[in-house]
Amino acid sequence: MAVNETLATVSNDLVYSAMAIYAGAFVAFSAELAFGARSSARPALHTEAAATASGAAVRTLSQATTQAPPKQSRFGRIGVALTVLAFALHLGAVVTRGLSVQRVPWGNMYEFSLTAGLAVTGVWLVLLWRGRDVRSLGLFVVGPVLLTLGLAVTVLYADAAELIPALKSTWLVIHVSAAVLCAGVFSVGATASLLYLMQSRWERTGGGGRLATLLPTSASLDRTAYRTNAFAFPLWTFAVVAGAIWAENAWGRYWGWDPKETWAFITWVVYACYLHARATAGWKGRRAAWIALAGFGCFLFNYFGVNIFLTGLHSYNGL
Amino acid sequence: MTTTPEEEVLETTTLSTQPAPVREPSLGVVGMMRWGWRQLTSMRTALFLLFLLALAAVPGGILPQRGQNPIGVRAWIEDNPTLGPLLDRLSLFDVYAAPWFAATYLLLLLSLAGCVLPRTRMHWRAMRAKPPLTPRNLSRLPVHRSYATDDAPADVLEQARSFLQDERYRVNAYDGSVAAEKGYLRETGNLVFHAALLVLLVGVGMGSLLGMSGSALVIEGTGFANTPARFDVLETGRMYGDDDFDPLSFQLEEFRATYEESGAKRGEPRTFEADLVVRDTPDAAERLVTVKVNDPLVVGGTKVFLTGHGYAPRFTVTDGNGDVVLSEAIPFLPQDGNFSSEGVVKVPDARPDQLGFRALFLPTAAVTEDLGPHSTFPAPIDPAVFLASFRGDLGLDSGRPQSVYSLDAEGLDLEQLGLKALRVGETYELEDGAGSITFDGWEEFATFQVAEDPGKELALWSIVVALAGLLLSLGIRRRRLWVKATTADDGATVVEVAGLARTEAGDLDGEVEAVVTALRKE
Ligand code: HEM
Repeated sequence: MAVNETLATVSNDLVYSAMAIYAGAFVAFSAELAFGARSSARPALHTEAAATASGAAVRTLSQATTQAPPKQSRFGRIGVALTVLAFALHLGAVVTRGLSVQRVPWGNMYEFSLTAGLAVTGVWLVLLWRGRDVRSLGLFVVGPVLLTLGLAVTVLYADAAELIPALKSTWLVIHVSAAVLCAGVFSVGATASLLYLMQSRWERTGGGGRLATLLPTSASLDRTAYRTNAFAFPLWTFAVVAGAIWAENAWGRYWGWDPKETWAFITWVVYACYLHARATAGWKGRRAAWIALAGFGCFLFNYFGVNIFLTGLHSYNGL
Repeated sequence: MTTTPEEEVLETTTLSTQPAPVREPSLGVVGMMRWGWRQLTSMRTALFLLFLLALAAVPGGILPQRGQNPIGVRAWIEDNPTLGPLLDRLSLFDVYAAPWFAATYLLLLLSLAGCVLPRTRMHWRAMRAKPPLTPRNLSRLPVHRSYATDDAPADVLEQARSFLQDERYRVNAYDGSVAAEKGYLRETGNLVFHAALLVLLVGVGMGSLLGMSGSALVIEGTGFANTPARFDVLETGRMYGDDDFDPLSFQLEEFRATYEESGAKRGEPRTFEADLVVRDTPDAAERLVTVKVNDPLVVGGTKVFLTGHGYAPRFTVTDGNGDVVLSEAIPFLPQDGNFSSEGVVKVPDARPDQLGFRALFLPTAAVTEDLGPHSTFPAPIDPAVFLASFRGDLGLDSGRPQSVYSLDAEGLDLEQLGLKALRVGETYELEDGAGSITFDGWEEFATFQVAEDPGKELALWSIVVALAGLLLSLGIRRRRLWVKATTADDGATVVEVAGLARTEAGDLDGEVEAVVTALRKE
């Protein structure tokens, strides 16, 4: 089966175009941070804090969290528009890459990074579209995506090619697409957790400047983090199970403690810790958020660390 | 310790069967034991043990492990002569078989079992109980609305009852109020998830006790029978006996590989296929099966996987007396992606002296100054062998174990004769009339992994059930709504609607609001 070189070139051009537009979005979000209109998040926050402290008017709290999202600044809107455009180009890049080799475009680290980046933007846009209070996370979503694409085109780049036999399986489609989607959801969850840690600190100390006023309240960030991670956890469970079924199909055992499998397991257990912590007295809030970040660290290590430093059966051709 | 109003309400009207935080131990042995058991099955301990499990798995994700990478372990210990043996004593190269790893997960499972059983009992009771009494002070609940109306309290409550029932709440009417609850499946799902994890471990355990797995190398034109002696590496479960092997056998007719022919990925494999003539049992009819990398041969509970391949050059050796003492294909071990393969030919029957050869088989041979003889493509386009020949005593009778893939001249009474490169059909006449060796051609060989795991279906189904439970547990919200109607001093009816949810996710406000809207519509 021949590689369609024209489409492969189109894909590469689209990647660079998407990167340029993402960079524009990044600048717009940064400008929002630097000169944007102040949102009304801060005052609401103070009534909330006061309400909880007094212990009487819990009702105010629930009302405060349901009030309309803060008004968008012009820069913010430009940022979102550019991100949508970049996403479309990015999607085009992934699709043409897949068409050029007539298979799913996740056979090596370059393709995996490309698709995972798409998933990150996609998850953020879906949350935004569904009315979640995540718009001001834009800078922290587009930034990492841009970084991932930069890494993909420089360090990880691999020419379009057919797959090695070990990867020719329906389970590649199922297992890796679930893992790619997880990468997207976990990334957004980790971003929310990180910002939650910062914001909840600033709410106590009054620091954080413009960024603190731009970001959602810590309660809202915590909720976003929980929802995304709680969505990703069963998906990750599924990805690991699909991987195990594939392993059984290819190597005769569903679990062999290969480094990749080991880190998938560790990631799974740490995220289970996170969900547990959120139901355990004394572990909600900041401690749980740290656990979520640790889980994401394990997830990232499983991708970069294991592929680059450790040897195992999981082959990614092209690196 | 002070509690927030929310916590207070939660404590009196709990929405979860989660174990309560453990309080001070009471005195006496029984009291202490009971305290210990509660401690073990508490949320905090569960969290701690989960942490510990993640932590315990980490060394196995960084250090090489014997089960997966024995060569890496040996190299690591050799490179770190002080630290290596120490880590080895701590089982850090066999983490997943280490006693401390087993202790961690067994403790977690004990905690899990001790937690799930009482929770199931509680949940069973809760599911059959009526939605709990309306709290006295609804305004202390997280979401609360109230309004005044002219409708009679009884009418309002009747309306509320029928609306909530239509919304699929379980509803109970009390004197002056209505209580409703929804989302019991959340707790059910959570319990199913945890219980299924216990079953998963049973499945995993069955596999390691009652299963087997081994690998065998088969040269084209030769056969394989599923008996212990035929394996190069074999691991059987503690309860797997010699007569548990499925009596299958097969002949490897042909192995085929194709490779990328050009471009940056030239030489990368594209397809592997092995044609087998299979007999499921010694009396069964033969059938032809093509096995591919992700497509094993399945016979009963046993699966045969194609896991690797290589070349077996064919040689004919004559000894110093002129007798043909060897004529066979000998598997060589591939050293790189282009299948430069190393092997040895040992001829203990040669007379007057035994003969031995260290050899390199190159499917597409090339010689350069810096790389020496090497292969430039994995397919046999232009094969050659490079031989170093020895005569003397191979030391096979010395009792010292030897690898069939290496010829260690050190410590042996061997004399090196000479070096020679051969193409197919060429013969190397050894120096001093010690004999000759002819490179007749080559066969390909394939390596197969044979595995039987009677626990894997149980493991699969339990994790599928666990996943379903998890989806219910994370996707469904358990919440309670109350509607209270009282007659105020001025004769108007004051209606209060309040809600409580187990998790912050979801739109409790919206649900309370919907009740209010429905009631006020009249
Ligand atoms: C194999 C170890 C375990 C794993 C992987 C695990 C995993 C999980 C996960 C992912 C959740 C989140 C589901 C949700 O929020 O509804 C959860 C919830 C829960 N787990 Fe575990 N768990 C384990 C052991 C235990 C043990 C030993 C206990 C006993 C104390 C326990 C008690 C609970 C409870 C009560 C919840 C519900 C929390 C709530 O009220 O929302 N788990 N578990």
